[in-house]
Amino acid sequence: MSDFLLILVSTVLVNNFVLVQFLGLCPFMGVSNKLETAMGMSLATTFVLTISSVCSYLVHQYLLIPFSLGYMKTIAFILVIAVVVQFTEMVVRKTSPMLHKVLGIFLPLITTNCAVLGVALLNIKKANSFMESIVFGFGAAVGFSMALILFSAIRERIAVADVPMPFKGAAIGMVTAGLMSLAFLGFTGLVQI
Amino acid sequence: MSTIIIAVTVLLSLAIIFGLILGFSSIKFYVAGNPIVEQIDELLPQTQCGQCGHPGCRPYAESIANGEAINKCPPGGQTTIEALANLLDLEILELDGDHDENPVKTVAYIREDECIGCTKCITACPVDAILGAAKQMHTVIVDECTGCDLCVAPCPVDCIDMLPLPVSINSWKWQAPETTFTKQLIATDKRPVVEHQS
Repeated sequence: MSDFLLILVSTVLVNNFVLVQFLGLCPFMGVSNKLETAMGMSLATTFVLTISSVCSYLVHQYLLIPFSLGYMKTIAFILVIAVVVQFTEMVVRKTSPMLHKVLGIFLPLITTNCAVLGVALLNIKKANSFMESIVFGFGAAVGFSMALILFSAIRERIAVADVPMPFKGAAIGMVTAGLMSLAFLGFTGLVQI
Repeated sequence: MSTIIIAVTVLLSLAIIFGLILGFSSIKFYVAGNPIVEQIDELLPQTQCGQCGHPGCRPYAESIANGEAINKCPPGGQTTIEALANLLDLEILELDGDHDENPVKTVAYIREDECIGCTKCITACPVDAILGAAKQMHTVIVDECTGCDLCVAPCPVDCIDMLPLPVSINSWKWQAPETTFTKQLIATDKRPVVEHQS
């Protein structure tokens, strides 16, 4: 049990996927202009990341390893992720129109989020077990959501602040992201994994 | 050679299985939507740009079906508006370019040289934001002014301007969350008034 807690703390804070490992920067910069959309994106990513890390673990364990096809894992995982995202979108649209309205167009966008593929590949690299893979995927998603929501809240405030002309827009966004990353590097050494 | 064949076969069968799952579930989980929404959605440009204020084209199509204006799609331009008007049998409208939902907050400003001290704006002001006395110059307390425009019309010498008040880091606030009660400003709005019969 404490192992899972360690993995959770490690992925959320110490090895935060966005701010420390620099994965999934595209949605981090792209969908962080408004807090509301950032929350939608976070929810959708949490959903997809957890499910796809489970599915890619299963595919790797029961399909790629028996046929000794470990070198094909990138292609196989991309296939799995794309299918999982499409399938969840269909199911969510049918079963819960309300949830579909919230997650909306974000679900298909996540297919190209490199954090999703990164989690699947890191699970294999760390030789995580089934439960560990789930916790790892979920922790990565929570870390991503936290970074995205914090960042979009800061950006909403910066948008009305008196920023010098050359720094307006994306430039100050990059500076902010860098400072946040520096802050998160302060967690280094909190957990040894 | 055999490794290549195995790899190709395994991945191909994986892809075929996934394809079958998706194909099957697209039939199984087919949502019979409002057919008019489908037709409107087909006319929209599918850029998912959100300039209409909706998160994507389909939500906008749904709210058009519920009676929203058809002229909020800048990427589609006039041709889309005409096509929509044709489909829905509505009048063709001009493209609504700046339908921003947050109009600029304004604040009243009295040109003090021209003020004759008639006190008419003071009586009009609902929040007591105007200082002054009879035959004395008046002025507006910027922090109190709500930008309601009510003082502009009574002024006999037209010396009140409504100036835009840009949002600064000090005056910025979080957006209030959207609730179902947004339009209900006072408590009695919440339920229909029941007349007492004695």
